[in-house]
Amino acid sequence: MSREVAIVGVGATPYYKRGTSWPQTSTELAGKAILAACEDAGISVTDIDGFAYYSGAGAGYGETMDTATFMETLGIPEVTFSAALTSGGGGSAGSIGLARAAIVAGDATMVVTVMALQQARQRLGSVFAAAPSTPLGSFLQPSGLSGPGHLMSVLARRHMHNYGTRREAFAEIAISQRLNAANRPQALKRDPITLEDYFNARMIAEPLCLLDFCLETDGAVAVLTTSLDRARDLRQKPVPVVAAAHGGHKDWGRAFAWMGMPDETFASSGHAAVADRLFQRAVVTPADIDVALLYDHFTPMVLMQLEDYGFCKKGEGGDFVESGAIRYDGGSIPVNTHGGQLSEAYIIGMTHIKEAVEQMRGEAINQVAGAELALVTGGPASLPVSGLILGRDA
Amino acid sequence: MTTATALPPDYVKITTDPATEPFWNAAKDERLVAPKCAGCGHFRLPPTPFCPECRAGDVEWVELSGRATVFSFAVVHGFPGLPDLTLVPVVVDLPDAPGARLVSNVIDVAPEDVSIGMPLQVTFGPIADGWKLPLFRRAES
Repeated sequence: MSREVAIVGVGATPYYKRGTSWPQTSTELAGKAILAACEDAGISVTDIDGFAYYSGAGAGYGETMDTATFMETLGIPEVTFSAALTSGGGGSAGSIGLARAAIVAGDATMVVTVMALQQARQRLGSVFAAAPSTPLGSFLQPSGLSGPGHLMSVLARRHMHNYGTRREAFAEIAISQRLNAANRPQALKRDPITLEDYFNARMIAEPLCLLDFCLETDGAVAVLTTSLDRARDLRQKPVPVVAAAHGGHKDWGRAFAWMGMPDETFASSGHAAVADRLFQRAVVTPADIDVALLYDHFTPMVLMQLEDYGFCKKGEGGDFVESGAIRYDGGSIPVNTHGGQLSEAYIIGMTHIKEAVEQMRGEAINQVAGAELALVTGGPASLPVSGLILGRDA
Repeated sequence: MTTATALPPDYVKITTDPATEPFWNAAKDERLVAPKCAGCGHFRLPPTPFCPECRAGDVEWVELSGRATVFSFAVVHGFPGLPDLTLVPVVVDLPDAPGARLVSNVIDVAPEDVSIGMPLQVTFGPIADGWKLPLFRRAES
C-alpha cells in the first residue's frame, strides 16, 4: 500500500458513565462528533460524501446509525458511498480501510467513520443475557456467559493453562493504562490502581475481575478520511494511512460465540492472520511500531494481541507485559497511551484511532517522542477483526 | 461452601432451526447426540447446514456416551436478576465426537474443584417450554 489517503479530522463528544448522556440520543451524539471532526479538519459537514461504518452500522448493540438520518439532520446534500464492515467491534480499525477503499476507487472524496454508544436502554455488559434466543445462540446462552467478558474469561483461562500466564500480567495491563489516564481530563477513571487493588477487586467471571473489564460508557467519536492530496490543503497536518486490513481465519471464526477454535487459536486474540497481512502491506515489522493502540475490552486480549502482532512470541505475553514493556514511561512499546477502554472511555475502538491520530500529529497528551508509526487494532471478536497502521507525514 | 448450579429453567429459552432441531429433540429424551457428516465423517457443533470439510449436507445423528473433558471454564458470580448465583460455564471436548465442542455448565460441584482436563458425564436439566438442556457433572472415578 502507498500512502494515498490520510485522516484529516477527529472529533469526540465528552465521555459519560453508562446511561448518563441521556437525553442526548445516539444520533445526537454521533452528529456532535461528526461536526467536531469537521471543525478539526476545517471543512463543512456538507463536504462529506461517504460513510464507512463498522459493526454493521450498529450504535453499540441495539441501536443503529443510518446515513439517511444523518443526511436529514445534518443537511448533507448527497452521498456517493455508504457501507459497513460486518459483525461487531472487530472492524473498528478496519473501517478506515473501508474509507480508504472508497476514496482509492473514486467512489467518495470525504468519508466519515463514526461510532456512538448510548446505553440508557441496554447495557453492553449483559447484552447476551438480554438478547433474544437464536438457533446458534441456543448453544451458548444457556451456560450463563452473559456478557463479552464472561466469554473471554474462558479464553484467558486456557492461555493461563497453556503458557503459565499469571493474573499479575492482566493486572499490569490495567495498572499501566490507568497511569496513562491520570493526566487526561476526558478520562473517566484517573485514580491510580495498585496490585493490591487488583487482587481485592470483585471477581466477575474467574479468572477475570472487575479491573479486567473495560468501562461501560456513552459518547461518540468520528474520523474523517480523504485523499492525501486534498489532505494537504486542510487545517491539520495529515495523518497518512500506511496500511489497513480486516478479515481473519476460520479457525477463529465466530470465536468465543463458537468456542470451537483449535487450541493455539483458542488462547489467542484471533488477529494473527490480519496482523501478518497488515505488516506485509505496510512493509514494516513490529519493531518499527512506536506506539500501539490495542483494543482493550478485557485485559487478557491486550496480552494476546501483543503475541499475535509479534511484539513477543506466542505464549510469552505474560512475561513481556510483566517486564514493563508496555509502559508509556520506559516501555519498549507503549500501549494505550490514552488510557484505553479500561480507563478513559469505551467507544467500541474509536478512541484508539483518535489517539493514534494525535500521536502521529505529534499532539498527544502522552506523546511518544519521535513516533512515526502507530498501530491501531479492532476488537478481538467474531470476524472480521482488523488492524490499521498510521504514519507521520513527511 | 458454594456449589455451582445451572440457570433456573425459566431463564433458559432456546430456539431451533431445521439443522439444530434433532439435537434438542434428542436432549428432550435425555440423549446426547452430535451430527456426523455422512460424506466424510467430520463432527460439527453447533449443527449447521453444511460440513465445513466437504460441503455435504447430510448427517448421521450419532448418540454419544455422554463422556466429556473440560477444555476450559469460567466461574461466574451472578447473573442479571440473580446476583447470588454461582455458575461454572464450561467448554468441553467430546471424546466420541472429536473436533466438536459443547458450551455447557458443570453442576453440583465446588467451583474450586473444577480443573482443565477433568472428566465429566452428561446429565439433563429442565428449561423453558418443555425442552431439556445437556449439563455435566464430575465423572465417577
